[in-house]
Amino acid sequence: MRRLDRTTAVLAGALLVLLAMGPVLPKWAVFLVTVALAKALVVLGLLVLMRAGLVSFGQGLYFALGGYAAGMAAQALGVGDAVPMLLLGTVVAAGAAGLLGLLLARYRTIFFAMLSLAFSMILYGLLVKSSALGSTDGFNVAPRTVAGLAMGRGGIYALAVVCSFAAALGLHHLFGSHLGRLAPAIRDNELRVEYMGASVRNVVHLYLVLAAALAGLGGGITALAVGHIDPEMAYWTTSGEFVFVAIFGGTGSPVAPFLASLLYELIRSYAYEYSPNTWQMVVGVSMLLVILFLPGGLWSAFARRRRAA
Amino acid sequence: MPAILEVRGLTKTFGAVTAAGDINLDVQEDTVVGLIGSNGAGKTTFVNLVTGYLKPTAGSILYRGRDITALSPRQITRMGICRSFQIPQVFDTLTAYDNLLVGVGVAARGDGAGASTAFAGLSSEEVVQGMLRRFHLEPYSDAPASALPEGVRKLLDIAMALVVKPQILLLDEPTSGVSSDEKFALMDLVLGAIRAEQVTVLFVEHDMEVVRRYTQRIVAFYEGRVIADGPTAEVLSNPEVRRYVVGEETPARPREERC
Repeated sequence: MRRLDRTTAVLAGALLVLLAMGPVLPKWAVFLVTVALAKALVVLGLLVLMRAGLVSFGQGLYFALGGYAAGMAAQALGVGDAVPMLLLGTVVAAGAAGLLGLLLARYRTIFFAMLSLAFSMILYGLLVKSSALGSTDGFNVAPRTVAGLAMGRGGIYALAVVCSFAAALGLHHLFGSHLGRLAPAIRDNELRVEYMGASVRNVVHLYLVLAAALAGLGGGITALAVGHIDPEMAYWTTSGEFVFVAIFGGTGSPVAPFLASLLYELIRSYAYEYSPNTWQMVVGVSMLLVILFLPGGLWSAFARRRRAA
Repeated sequence: MPAILEVRGLTKTFGAVTAAGDINLDVQEDTVVGLIGSNGAGKTTFVNLVTGYLKPTAGSILYRGRDITALSPRQITRMGICRSFQIPQVFDTLTAYDNLLVGVGVAARGDGAGASTAFAGLSSEEVVQGMLRRFHLEPYSDAPASALPEGVRKLLDIAMALVVKPQILLLDEPTSGVSSDEKFALMDLVLGAIRAEQVTVLFVEHDMEVVRRYTQRIVAFYEGRVIADGPTAEVLSNPEVRRYVVGEETPARPREERC
């Protein structure tokens, strides 16, 4: 029998632990973990782009599209189950990236970052002006079932855990595949990639769609967990938060975004609880410490220990 | 034998400067052709035109009878024409092994022509190991490309071009930056590895001893034009080549007469 590699084993272990903990965790912790996992999915998509040297400051666009599409599935189409709602959110976000990627895949560095930001702010503007979508207030989302089962206390939590496991495992395999290996090659030398016979633009476009699909899924889960969506999901600070968490965790492993997102949500929640006026300072100092002592992100601490062992 | 590569009236101008002027040549399959000329003679421009990096102002390039003039570098590579670079173009943060693995992945994916059919029966890892062995790169397998000595980076650059299984390989100054003592050993290694695959080779070179030893035919460039094209010994004894390329003070025809 084939042995599990270390990352798969870690992911499988985390899946089992999180599923087992669901029924015993306090309600606030279930919510915090669900939101953290949902945002980690967005960061996981960002990881795909960052490995190729692209930093998107516009993932809020797909995050919001995923949330709004999931919400609209319930409101406009009468869908009551969380799974098709999430599927629709994922497909809509991926479709948007398929279209916008025709332009975005041509740009690099700051131009890519700013163009992605611009698109997200256009959506934000449209959502704010759209009274049919609740304008600045947004609207509520309330699924009745999860995969046909009546919504229990931890229904969305379990869904978030399973989706996170599947996405992280999928990306772990992608990073080890020929397609995944092109990402660092593109970051290092696009000319050479073209002279090896691969289309850099097509590969980047594919990465954009994948990252958007994950952001859409994350947005859908967030909408279901919070029970509400509003234009803030598309605002540039939301996108900036995803970049923050990506740097916080590092790009070394698909596990890193989950670790970083959980820690970030904990730090933010406790900082807000004990220091509501200066919580941003606590988050900022945390980031500063990571940059100073773990420039490769939190995950580099584990990678370093593994190398030393 | 039909030509694998046919170049017809190839011209490239940059404003008033003619980097390539009305170049006509046929390259036969399974031959080694040297491209010589002084700096700025148009050798690298010719390589850039054939591999799609530059588009010609006029003229055409045919590969196995198919017009490839307007194709992109990627499309030309996938058809089976690859190149190495004067300054090695490698993936700096990846190991030598992974540099080659990227190429194998692209070639193995294949979209019909040239490069895609070559690895039947071999895993990607076996192909990479074979290439590392052939180019004596095994000791550097796990080292990041940025940490490799320049000569080794050159070898890796050429191996990366060969790993996608070309039919024609254009090498841009494979021995530049390599000491004169090591040039022949490097060329023995490189051409040994390439010729084992029966790949047609065109290589740009400044060292006439290297050209004399390893080519069957030479194309000599001067100011963007071909001033001599033929068997190696014949071209190297051509008075114009000796004057304008080798740099010897030999009497030559006035330039107007060449036209």
